[in-house]
Amino acid sequence: MSDSTATANGVETEVHHEHPSYQRHHFETVAQQFDATNFAMWLFLLTEIMFFGGLFTAYLILRNWYYPAFVEGSHQLSIFWGTANTTVLIISSFTMAMSVWNAQMRRKGGLLLCLVLTFILGLVFLGIKGIEWHEKWVKYHVPGLHYSDQSFRNPASDPEVYAEYHDKSLAPDMASKVEQYFFLYFAMTGMHALHMVIGIAILGFMIVRAKTGAYTSGHYTFVENFGLYWHFVDIIWIFLFPLLYLISRHQ
Amino acid sequence: MNNANNSSEHEQHIVSPKIYVVILLALLALTATTVAASYVEMYVFNAVVALAIAVLKMILVVLFFMHIKYSTKLTKLTVISGVFIFLGLISMTLADYVSRAWGRW
Repeated sequence: MSDSTATANGVETEVHHEHPSYQRHHFETVAQQFDATNFAMWLFLLTEIMFFGGLFTAYLILRNWYYPAFVEGSHQLSIFWGTANTTVLIISSFTMAMSVWNAQMRRKGGLLLCLVLTFILGLVFLGIKGIEWHEKWVKYHVPGLHYSDQSFRNPASDPEVYAEYHDKSLAPDMASKVEQYFFLYFAMTGMHALHMVIGIAILGFMIVRAKTGAYTSGHYTFVENFGLYWHFVDIIWIFLFPLLYLISRHQ
Repeated sequence: MNNANNSSEHEQHIVSPKIYVVILLALLALTATTVAASYVEMYVFNAVVALAIAVLKMILVVLFFMHIKYSTKLTKLTVISGVFIFLGLISMTLADYVSRAWGRW
């Protein structure tokens, strides 16, 4: 507060030495300001690890308890779409990393291009996720809302999946546990998708700001820290993909 | 440690695009590997291999895309402590579940 008063009175030039306009007065140097915001961003990401960690732990324990149900549940997922989405997300992490580089090098055109590519790849990811979720709806695999355990009590009634995996019929009590697999599937991919939606919204905001040259004048902290968020969301998917899609192919 | 605390001016390490491309290719190769490995019958090791590859991918992303390799010791310590606490909480939860219903896990 006293700082801004001092500035208004023109005393500022006596008190402070020269520094870039984006350096806040309570920081000694730009580097210190960068490190402090970077540190804060990492603390936020740690809370996110704990948040997703609860879901991962629930998955670990329930998969252990109801193993046959979780195996047959995961046979309903498409490895093709899962692999495609993993690829899309990894490439979007790369374009995000390149956004940071372009901001550091003060290349406005390159920054805009990379941000727009990241934005589009994020939307492609959600689109593919939408295709997969839609399939779950059509097959009555949305727990609590549009659900039937027909495919697990009588796997032959689901010819496509049956042709690939030849699953055995589950006893009614175990078949009913597949719903828990789908509950966790929707909770985990849904929470991940929510993070993607938030990220895409912030990317839209950044594209508008980048057009005015906001990040290419040497102050790229926002791009760097948003990049951390985006890569974090990528890492969550890097674990969701094998756990939900891959590890239960064989019984 | 390449940041020898010379607080002269805004010395943020700039990671070159070459490194980003190499990491991108490594991540794509590891994705292909983990998908291919899932088609091979390895019993309990299917999950072990898949998780090991996921951890490797995470390390690549954290070190290079998230610049931890070039960051301050404070940030490095923050990341390590986060992973440590996460693993600690998971193992304590599992210890509880395993020991309460002994033999029925």
